[in-house]
Amino acid sequence: MMRKVAIIGIGETKIGELWESSLRDLGIQAGLEAIRDAGITGEEIDKIYIGNMSAGRLINQELIAPLIADYVGLCETPSVRIEAGGASGGVALAEGYMAVASGMSDIVVVGGAEKMTDVGDEEARNILCSTADREWESVFGATFDSLYAMMARYHMEVHGTTREQMAHVAVKNHYNGARNPNAQFRREIAPEMVLNAPPVSTPLGVFDCAPLSDGAAAVILCPGEMAESYNGKPVRLLGFGMGGDHIAVHDRREMDTMRSTSLAAEKAFCMSGKEPGDMDFAEVHDNYTISEIMAIEDLGFFAKGQGGPATLRGDTALDSKISVNTSGGLKAKGQPVGAVGINQAVEAVSQLRGKAGDRQVKDAEFGLTHNLGGTGGCAVVHIYGRWE
Amino acid sequence: MSIPRFWREIRQRYKGIGVECGNCGRVFFPPRSICPDCRRESLGKMNEREIVGKGKVITYTEVHEPMPDFRMQAPYTMVMVEMDEGVRMTGQLVDFEPEKVGYGMEVEAVLRKLGEESPSGIIYYGYKFRPCP
Repeated sequence: MMRKVAIIGIGETKIGELWESSLRDLGIQAGLEAIRDAGITGEEIDKIYIGNMSAGRLINQELIAPLIADYVGLCETPSVRIEAGGASGGVALAEGYMAVASGMSDIVVVGGAEKMTDVGDEEARNILCSTADREWESVFGATFDSLYAMMARYHMEVHGTTREQMAHVAVKNHYNGARNPNAQFRREIAPEMVLNAPPVSTPLGVFDCAPLSDGAAAVILCPGEMAESYNGKPVRLLGFGMGGDHIAVHDRREMDTMRSTSLAAEKAFCMSGKEPGDMDFAEVHDNYTISEIMAIEDLGFFAKGQGGPATLRGDTALDSKISVNTSGGLKAKGQPVGAVGINQAVEAVSQLRGKAGDRQVKDAEFGLTHNLGGTGGCAVVHIYGRWE
Repeated sequence: MSIPRFWREIRQRYKGIGVECGNCGRVFFPPRSICPDCRRESLGKMNEREIVGKGKVITYTEVHEPMPDFRMQAPYTMVMVEMDEGVRMTGQLVDFEPEKVGYGMEVEAVLRKLGEESPSGIIYYGYKFRPCP
């Protein structure tokens, strides 16, 4: 019999180009903040999971989980790094969930951290491209951006999705990001700025792409029956699901959909006993504007091909049909790749605690996070509920 | 990419050698040792099959922020091509008139230089695509 799981603490660094902070600094800041928020002591922590995409190539440092554990004063606590590309954070959260639900661990810290600006921008993008198929995509000149661009072009061709619809993903996420103190970009933008931005890989321009950022986040998990004995206001983690697909985009039968996302969502909804219509908000993996359009379709919020028109109508704006990426998403909040899944969890907890400030969804009761690895080779979905 | 890592795929990169599942007939490129549709039934029946190199463009993009090896060529065009054998491949489009790029454009694979290890290092060759005459 699985135990119920609660999140009782959150911590998050500001996201951005954080020249003065190392990976270690970021991990410590987020971890200590979460521990303080929950009101737990170090001795109580049974296990630490850390999501991270590529510290080995970005800062030439492996074994980063024990390294961060060491510097938060917990060098004897078991710790492990989880790598699943952009879904590293979300998969780490799933591992933490299983540790608590199974009864193997009581108090678990799940963090995510990425330091991307200690290498040049071109090198960082090349490293990110390692989550696509190096030997059969990027060797031939395909960048990470170009693979999403080709999915965008296909979506436009098959469903009539327009550049204007895609631009409104960025506009909305910047609007939300402007209301998030930890976001990298806190400025609202107009659709014309997106449409007139320099091209990155057509049809995607600069404002269709999330930045590559530094940042870390952490959450504290505990069994549901213990949740009220700590300081932090608890939030229920109702379930999760993971899904997979071919790693190379060209091997997928359909290019306008992420099969990994729909598989993950199906499992998460089944496990939590919820449906897409129950969700008040969703943090989805908008590493590109087209990714958000595909995600809101594949998660079941809108029919295939309707994600663009729904976005343009404002159905995904704050306090509309479904509030999508209230944090600003990867686009405006920023993209510390391996931390993204935990950044999303932090937003979900803030919303369900009613502590999301100017971007608070009214009476938020249930929410979802969707975290994607590579160009869709893996996906993980978590579902959260308010405590009372 | 290291020399052995490139060298061990030469038959695929130069000649388009893929495989065909002896159970269902589906063709794969690059080769797989197991068919994801037939799995157990395909074991030992994944037979070599050459991809002739003709197909149709199903999506494309013009890359302005290139991979390091392609810096001198930016902007360049990438395409995904559905080959006559049913497999799809990703590659660069060359020798074309930009206004003619689009869905269903008929293309053929050609052997071209992809990059080089260094000015005095080995040269990587492989397939790119060009419009059919």
